[in-house]
Amino acid sequence: MTGGIGTVVSDPRVWAAILVIGALTYGIRLSFIHLFGRIDEVPARVRRPLRYVPPAVLAALVLPDLVTVGPSLAGTVVDERLLAGVVAGAVAWRTENVFATIAVGMGALWLLRFVVLA
Amino acid sequence: MTRMDGDVLHEDLAAGVRDVTPLMLGIVPFALVAGIAAVDAGLTLAEAVGLSVIVFAGASQLAAIDLLGSNAPLAVVIGTAAVINLRMMMYSASIAPYFADYARRTRAGLAYLLTDQAYALSIAEYERNDGRSRWRYYLGAAASLWIVWQIGTVVGVVVGAGVPDAWGLTFAVPLVFLALLVPAMKDRPTTAAGIVGGAVAVVAAGLPLNLGLLVGAVCGIAAGMATEVTAS
Repeated sequence: MTGGIGTVVSDPRVWAAILVIGALTYGIRLSFIHLFGRIDEVPARVRRPLRYVPPAVLAALVLPDLVTVGPSLAGTVVDERLLAGVVAGAVAWRTENVFATIAVGMGALWLLRFVVLA
Repeated sequence: MTRMDGDVLHEDLAAGVRDVTPLMLGIVPFALVAGIAAVDAGLTLAEAVGLSVIVFAGASQLAAIDLLGSNAPLAVVIGTAAVINLRMMMYSASIAPYFADYARRTRAGLAYLLTDQAYALSIAEYERNDGRSRWRYYLGAAASLWIVWQIGTVVGVVVGAGVPDAWGLTFAVPLVFLALLVPAMKDRPTTAAGIVGGAVAVVAAGLPLNLGLLVGAVCGIAAGMATEVTAS
């Protein structure tokens, strides 16, 4: 394993994760493409919860990166990340464009971090 | 996938490439972020590329990188990534009838390239234009995405290693998800799933084993289903 960057040493844990996630993900992708003819449709019992995977997962990925909740109100961190996130959220809503959302969000973060709150 | 007739590119393959091109505006920054986040979490170039080639699913890659970087248990890393990718089971089921006539090995290859974008484009095209060679159109779109994803990851690794931490480049990760989240909240139940999933994940962020994301996702899914029942 040749680490390309700096002196970072390859971690067997990382490769284990990559291989197992890769195998599971491929299994998910192949599932019904492979089974077609035997099982032609996702059973309703499975389809219902799957419908909510994208919003639930994406929100669970986003919000903890914007807000840090502490044990008390004072420990709750509201900083430039949340403000930049709100601005980017508005752009995402108006444009539904990944590039515009990243550009405006990063711009807002830098403006707040290096100019407004500096 | 044995022959390439016609000129340089088969017409249907070219159509797939052409239709996917505008989407690259979203894919390129996403891929760069996948590379940047990998370096930031201490992954090597080989690991970052391994992740992009073997997993080839952006949202789950970013979540796995984040969890690996914070030393979460392997089971949590894998479980979280798997839940994120479960949505592709819907794509697999939806596109399966269109691939039904192909040989098993062809289908196995096509499945590897299945992504949100390749699925969405192909299904739309199949319903619109029955005359297309399905695998060619799909391959044109899906393989283009694959190539751009891999190049973007490598560039991200190289660029990310040279940018100071204060710039907060990994903030682009939640921004990418935000851009995907907003259109995913399209009615009451999906909005409820997003709000509850996000709120629970914030509160549960301090949970041991980095279980916050998984717990938030499960609660969000439950909230979506509960709202659906209430509404009907």
